[in-house]
Amino acid sequence: MPSESAPAIVARGLSRRFGAVRAVDSVDLTVARAQVYGFLGPNGSGKSTTIRMLCGLLLPSGGAIEVLGYKIPQQAEPLKRRIGYMTQKFSLYDDLSVRENLEFVAAVHELPPAHARRRVEALLARHRLAELHAQLAGTLSGGEKQRLALAAAVLHEPELLLLDEPTSAVDPQSRREFWDALFALVDAGTTILVSTHYMDEAERCHRLAILDHGRLVADGAPRELAEALPGVVLLIDCDNPRRAQETLANERGVEATAQIGASLRVLAAADAATRARIDAALQRAGIAARIAPTRPNLEDVFVAATRRRPRAEAPPP
Amino acid sequence: MNLRRLWSIVVKELRQLRRDRLTFAMIVGIPTMQLLLFGYAINLDVRHLDAAVLDQARTAQSRELVVTVAQSGVLDFRHAPRTPQELAALLRAGAISAALVIPPDFERRLAEGDRPPLQLVVDGSDQVVQQAARQLAALPLAALRYPAQPAPAGNVEIVNFYNPERRAPVNTVPGLIGVILTMTMVLFTAMAIVRERERGNLEFLIATPVSPAELTLGKVLPFVGIGLIQVSVVLLLGVAIFRVPIRGSLLDVYLASLVFIVASLALGVFLSTLARTQFQAMQMAFFTFLPQILLSGFMFPYAGMPRPAQWLAEIFPMTHFVRLIRGILLRAATLAELWPELAALGAFGAVLLGVSILRTRKRLD
Ligand SMILES: Nc1ncnc2c1ncn2[C@@H]1O[C@H](COP(=O)(O)OP(=O)(O)OP(=O)(O)O)[C@@H](O)[C@H]1O
Ligand SMILES: [Mg+2]
Repeated sequence: MPSESAPAIVARGLSRRFGAVRAVDSVDLTVARAQVYGFLGPNGSGKSTTIRMLCGLLLPSGGAIEVLGYKIPQQAEPLKRRIGYMTQKFSLYDDLSVRENLEFVAAVHELPPAHARRRVEALLARHRLAELHAQLAGTLSGGEKQRLALAAAVLHEPELLLLDEPTSAVDPQSRREFWDALFALVDAGTTILVSTHYMDEAERCHRLAILDHGRLVADGAPRELAEALPGVVLLIDCDNPRRAQETLANERGVEATAQIGASLRVLAAADAATRARIDAALQRAGIAARIAPTRPNLEDVFVAATRRRPRAEAPPP
Repeated sequence: MNLRRLWSIVVKELRQLRRDRLTFAMIVGIPTMQLLLFGYAINLDVRHLDAAVLDQARTAQSRELVVTVAQSGVLDFRHAPRTPQELAALLRAGAISAALVIPPDFERRLAEGDRPPLQLVVDGSDQVVQQAARQLAALPLAALRYPAQPAPAGNVEIVNFYNPERRAPVNTVPGLIGVILTMTMVLFTAMAIVRERERGNLEFLIATPVSPAELTLGKVLPFVGIGLIQVSVVLLLGVAIFRVPIRGSLLDVYLASLVFIVASLALGVFLSTLARTQFQAMQMAFFTFLPQILLSGFMFPYAGMPRPAQWLAEIFPMTHFVRLIRGILLRAATLAELWPELAALGAFGAVLLGVSILRTRKRLD
């Protein structure tokens, strides 16, 4: 019997190849219970592949997984009763109505009929789907589809929710509501693994893993990660941030630059020599600038972690 | 296997079907269209062939003969070439498919009876025309002999037991039930399952406790109902329009159809485990469909096929179904008498369904 205090997910050396591509490369994960754990990573970094392996839908090429105490992929079937999985692409039936979709999911999870009816009604109300109950799922808007998909994923009250980019087509207001719903679930003891491209969402996770080219490049609480960022973030105010960016792009010690409105945000090595080179380069280019260090945010962490790291090619089999 | 879950999949499937206008229309549309097409078009009683007559005898008797042949309705004499060369040209150009040639010494040949008094030239490049020629050869020319004498009795008398009027629909319509079911059942299931995979529904489904057997059977069961509806449509129209007899028991008809439907669905499910896209599924369905139509005995007689083709035909569900349904509808045979065919169908369905369920993995790779 899996113990209740053990982490919800433990993965060691998790890898998956597709031909020569290492979609996931030796990832170690530990996800504590009743937390929101975020997966942040650019396109193709292996977020979906990792989530699929965690629920037993894809076989790992290497590594060991334990989810809710079940060895995966060997014990994937009993696990499936206790998890809810929301796929990246809408995967409910376009040609069934909102209610019919939920009724179907309830039956698939063997909810007793009376209980199923109550659950469906409650979820329709909670996720603002009551008025849409008779509408075909295929005709819902992006945000409505996502509310329906979440309702379907939590219908059987799973202990663990795996959400693959659940808010990718959703406006900021709806995203906030979506996250409120997630935290309500966490309060009730649910563990949530969620992948995202959005920094503001990553910021809200209890803990965060940054994936890049299949590798885990950072793992920790969002604030810890920001504080532990090697290097400094400089905010450069000047008349022509674009020229300043071109000037600094190839300077040694400059990790990344990004224009934010009228200023340039520069991620650079923390040593004095780098700072001196930046000052000198701007002067040479005749750019009058005010330079001030600023607090690193998660985006800086993300940029620092994911920049210029070529994907490791697997040796030919 | 959880029955409630199985039932929920069936209900879901039926709800989707109800909204899929095209499929819904095909359920009744395909049988009706096919029945009318095949029923009227595949008509082996050929009539009104374009023909020529080359009368080299030009006697009262030869003219009488031409009238008799024309009255049979098989040949329409549209040309009267004067030389054999002219006749050959007409034949080559496709202007005529048959020609009656009456030799100059027609009356002497008729009287002596040692050489054939007539020649029927036919376009051998067309199978149907050859069939017609055989019909003509049976015309009672002996009655033309002069002086009249009784026609010699044939050595063998042919007694047509189950289709005395030799009406083609009586032979085609029963087999047509098999054609229609093969077409729709295999195609519908294969496409329906692959569609679920293509649209991404499967990724959600396999992350739930649903089992491969529930998934497969839930897909198949609604189509069993649809198949039985199609059988009823074809039977109804066949009886009403083409006066096809139902001589055996109706229950046997439905039982045989049921087993055949399951076998066809199993083939569809199996194809769906091989196909990646709906288009591939469709191609595969047609790939299995053609040999079944050609070799099952529906179109060409099984007995006339070379051995390897016969062995192949024995594998196809349609071969067994054509035998079953003709037996029950036309010969009033019972299922008990035809049990080997039924067993073959059952075995085909069970094996393919089993293999398909085994091949259905709850995984994406
Ligand atoms: N079935 C597959 N066959 C071959 N390659 C695959 C397959 N699935 C994923 N990949 C590859 O593995 C890598 C990781 O893909 P994955 O879908 O896990 O990325 P992701 O982080 O979810 O990206 P996104 O943010 O765009 O959804 C990509 O390079 C992708 O092309
Ligand atoms: Mg993805």
